[in-house]
Amino acid sequence: MKTDSTDEKALLKGLALNDRKSVETIYKLYYNMVQTLIINNNGSADDARDIFQETVIVLYEKAKSGSFELTAQLKTYVYSVSRRLWLKKLQQQQKYLPNVLGLDETVPVDDDIESHGQRNSEFQTMEKALLHLGEPCKSLIEAFYLQKRSMTEIAGHFGYTNADNAKNQKYKCLMRLRKIFFAEFKNNDV
Amino acid sequence: MQDVQLLDAIERFLHGEMSPEEIASFEQLRKSNPEVDEKVVEHTMFLQQMDQFSDWKSFKGTLNDVHNQLLESGVITEAAPKATVIQLWRKYKRVMAVAASIAGITTLLIASMATYYTQKKTASDLQRLRGEYKSEITKKANEVITKVQERITKAPENTPVRFGGTGFLIDGKGYIATDEHVVNGATSVVVQNSKGQEFRTRIIYTNKETDLAILKIEDDDFRSVGPLPYGIRKSGTDLGEPLFILGFPREEIVYNEGYMSAKTGYNGDTLSFQLGVSANPGNSGGPVFNKNGEVVGVITARQTKAVGVVFAVSSKNIFRSLEDVKKDTSFQNIRLTLNSSIKNLDRVQQIKRIEEGVFMVKCY
Repeated sequence: MKTDSTDEKALLKGLALNDRKSVETIYKLYYNMVQTLIINNNGSADDARDIFQETVIVLYEKAKSGSFELTAQLKTYVYSVSRRLWLKKLQQQQKYLPNVLGLDETVPVDDDIESHGQRNSEFQTMEKALLHLGEPCKSLIEAFYLQKRSMTEIAGHFGYTNADNAKNQKYKCLMRLRKIFFAEFKNNDV
Repeated sequence: MQDVQLLDAIERFLHGEMSPEEIASFEQLRKSNPEVDEKVVEHTMFLQQMDQFSDWKSFKGTLNDVHNQLLESGVITEAAPKATVIQLWRKYKRVMAVAASIAGITTLLIASMATYYTQKKTASDLQRLRGEYKSEITKKANEVITKVQERITKAPENTPVRFGGTGFLIDGKGYIATDEHVVNGATSVVVQNSKGQEFRTRIIYTNKETDLAILKIEDDDFRSVGPLPYGIRKSGTDLGEPLFILGFPREEIVYNEGYMSAKTGYNGDTLSFQLGVSANPGNSGGPVFNKNGEVVGVITARQTKAVGVVFAVSSKNIFRSLEDVKKDTSFQNIRLTLNSSIKNLDRVQQIKRIEEGVFMVKCY
């Protein structure tokens, strides 16, 4: 399956919009390649899944930022990112680094991976903070900020007498979340 | 409560839910109060972060969905990782290589050390007490005996005795113990008792390590001597115990007396012990008795640079050898005598009884 550059651009655009079709196409095009890479280098199917999804997220972030200009084939880019991510993971696990890795052509992706890693850690901090928040705050925040449901809907769902009450509660939760998040964030920075 | 109101204001401001007047007063507040302004900026960033987080989460959700769906529909398949053993091998290849080389080096080191410290039994300062015969002497000696007794020689025709030593019965049925180095290299072995009778034998066991050999008399002229007068001692001997030896350093049986002088043999060899006695070539393979007439060892060698330093393999090695011999079912009937029946006799009487069991070993 070969894709020319216009197809690839459309694909990235779809990806930026969290378009399911585009994600599927990417999966069909590159999943097996990445899986082979991981399996051949001390990885399992689960590792392959993680690495591939992280690669697609890198792509997604790049596509969303709008500054993404493909200098090479998308396939090469995907391969390079996966390879770099997997090497990093192996290094973290202190596993033996196979030297068979990297016979194929790659493009430099270190900057992308680095910014992705930073964002990733931010998101993970956020996830942790949310987890620390406890119920019902967690559900409340998720419903409003993540699922973007309206305050009246939320009030009905969570059993508040009116939207204002729910709103007040939400702000209280948000303030706690911010506190936890920034505390965690500073911890991570140090 | 103020904070909550402020947060609400910020969110409404950002979402454009404020009326123009409200926006104006809010902007005014921000300008006049830098603390509020800072909070607005901070919260804006935090909300952006939340937004991105939300996108990220939903994208992850999509990815997982797609993955599971494609997996179910069989568009992608999860490849099984390579067999665990191979994976382990790949994973620990380097570690194993290092371990293997360390093991290898250690083995070599230990082996070389063992070789280095192993006493060289054939060291130049150790002399085997095997008798080397010059043919004329043998002939002369034989002549003497032939005159005394009508003797049928069992030796292969026209071949002189090349070397020999001493041996002794360990079972009256005709099993003789001697030294491995006495019979080493022999094409045929003939034993001769103190009366000058010769018997053909077959070597049934040799052990270079303990320097023991066991011969079986296979000769029609041999009659079983019945129970042996002397026993073979299974336990060790004490330092200073008086010992005596019988052997054939010449054509005649020779008696000598000594004592146990050290519990280990040459260079600390634990299989043997040292005794203070004078022994000569031909004594090799001869029995060492204690005062009760029990065999405690078998003479093997003497130290050339010292006087009266003779080594003998301790008798318990005979028991060990016999275990090996008995693996062959045809030798299962060998019985060693444990108790000496000449315990309280005086030495002359003891020797008279023992004499029958001591043989000259002649190798052709």
